[in-house]
Amino acid sequence: MTERYNRPPRRWGAGHGVLAAFLVVLVLAFSSVIKMELVVNGLFLGMIIALGAIGLSLLYGILKFAHIAHGDFMTLGAYTGFFLLGNLFPRLGLEAEGFGPFTFGYPLLLAIPLVGATMAGLAIALDVGVYRRLRSRRVSPVVLAMASLGLAIALRGLVQIIWGGGTEQYPRLSKPFYQLPMGVRIPPDHVFIGALVLVLVLGLYLYLTRTKMGKAMRATSDNMDLARVSGISTERVIWWTWAVGAILAATAGVLLAVFQAQLFPIMGWRFLLSLFAAVILGGIGNPYGALVGALMIGVTAEVSTEWINPTYKPAIAFLILIFMLLVRPQGIFGEKA
Amino acid sequence: MSLLEVSEVVAGYGDSEILHGVSINVGQGEIVTIIGPNGSGKSTLLKTVLGLVHPKRGSVSFRGRNVTGMAPESIVRRGLCYVPQSNNVFPSLSIQENLEMGAFVRTDDYRGRLEEVYALFPDLAGRRKARGGTLSGGQRQMLAVARALMLDPVLLMLDEPSAGLAPNMVDLIFQRIIEINATGVALLLVEQNARQALKHSHKGYAMAAGRKVLEDRGECLLENPEVARLYLGG
Repeated sequence: MTERYNRPPRRWGAGHGVLAAFLVVLVLAFSSVIKMELVVNGLFLGMIIALGAIGLSLLYGILKFAHIAHGDFMTLGAYTGFFLLGNLFPRLGLEAEGFGPFTFGYPLLLAIPLVGATMAGLAIALDVGVYRRLRSRRVSPVVLAMASLGLAIALRGLVQIIWGGGTEQYPRLSKPFYQLPMGVRIPPDHVFIGALVLVLVLGLYLYLTRTKMGKAMRATSDNMDLARVSGISTERVIWWTWAVGAILAATAGVLLAVFQAQLFPIMGWRFLLSLFAAVILGGIGNPYGALVGALMIGVTAEVSTEWINPTYKPAIAFLILIFMLLVRPQGIFGEKA
Repeated sequence: MSLLEVSEVVAGYGDSEILHGVSINVGQGEIVTIIGPNGSGKSTLLKTVLGLVHPKRGSVSFRGRNVTGMAPESIVRRGLCYVPQSNNVFPSLSIQENLEMGAFVRTDDYRGRLEEVYALFPDLAGRRKARGGTLSGGQRQMLAVARALMLDPVLLMLDEPSAGLAPNMVDLIFQRIIEINATGVALLLVEQNARQALKHSHKGYAMAAGRKVLEDRGECLLENPEVARLYLGG
């Protein structure tokens, strides 16, 4: 560990400031200065951001580059879900709209793991076809990021070729909202989204701390050379990392399509800024930090619509990103590199 | 029978050449030490043996098989383990998890081996859940060696195991090295603390500027006035 300027660590820094600001927002919401409904909506949006951001953080920690195609992984996941729910399943006789209080039917529960598996396969194929070749030539992380940018454009183009440029929707039924205290009305779909995200995050935690491959992922993230020297097959670790990242991103895409009740080709690309902002906010390479960062971004974006035109929501993420990079680039939970 | 044979290896990073044709060998159960000034290529030699650096010319053979330029993961599986000089533990993993990673390629029940290794380093046994990044320099060094022992290696390579350690820790490390050797493990050391290392070595090599300049039995190198002047500080 290199000591920078040998000054003693400050007790309170910018990271704490950001957390404090967030808590202030929560307090203001409880005292009705800000609409609680916006905060609650923001938390659910934040959970979707979290799924994408956690995968992005894992990929960065192990592969050491910014995966710019991550948003389009979400888009592709959403559209694969659309294909299953709107096309394949009905053809196989699997139709059901709206079970329980949800707008979607049982088929969505089947679609999600299928979408995840498909994206995992695609991600690994892309690694073998593109990233691994670049890695063997020891290119810089910038080149890898540029390659992912190219793939992002290609994936988006693929979606547009197959499904056109318009807006779509999953088969759905209109269902009533829950009426909660403090004037909060949320669709029951949100509760499903929140529950699923919590289950996935818990699952990831158990995976990283209790399984051999999960620990190998953490080890490789710490020090890839040492991992190889210990006998760990880092190529396999890399594939599993792609799989986990892709599954989380694809699921986030499907959930986003449910959350906003629509899909369109640039939905993931538009989300990318929020994903990166969450990762930086939480500390690069720290997936749990990314979760917290994502919740904060979600709430801030939603609450801001009180005063700013909703079209500018992505700009909020952008501002937070710039602010963090200027003030505390290692994120709230990151350690000084 | 030679366990490790390095023959006329030319290697370096990118276009540069650090090793200009080096040959060494390590026999079964031997302790071999490589001494030399900074920049003489000692670390590069170990990395080339393990496949972290690809040799441009020359060959490396281990246990009779040609392993020149093979992936480190494959060479490690054959019983050749390596402890780097720095960044040699996983800081965010616990001591126990570090050792589990050391045993990653094992498919058997290695709990027995785990206890053997903990017995060798009791200081680690008392704090299995402590994160690698919170350990002191000496403890980290012990963990690094313990990690490499989890695969029951036949040959263990250590890059400057005593670097940066307090004198009593240095003694401890060398004590452990002898104990490890007593169990039949061959050791290839790169050392700045040449005196201590050569004292216990069967064989020693002196390197300078990417070449081997001296080769002799451990005690003989110690008594060599040339070596004393150049490498042992007089």
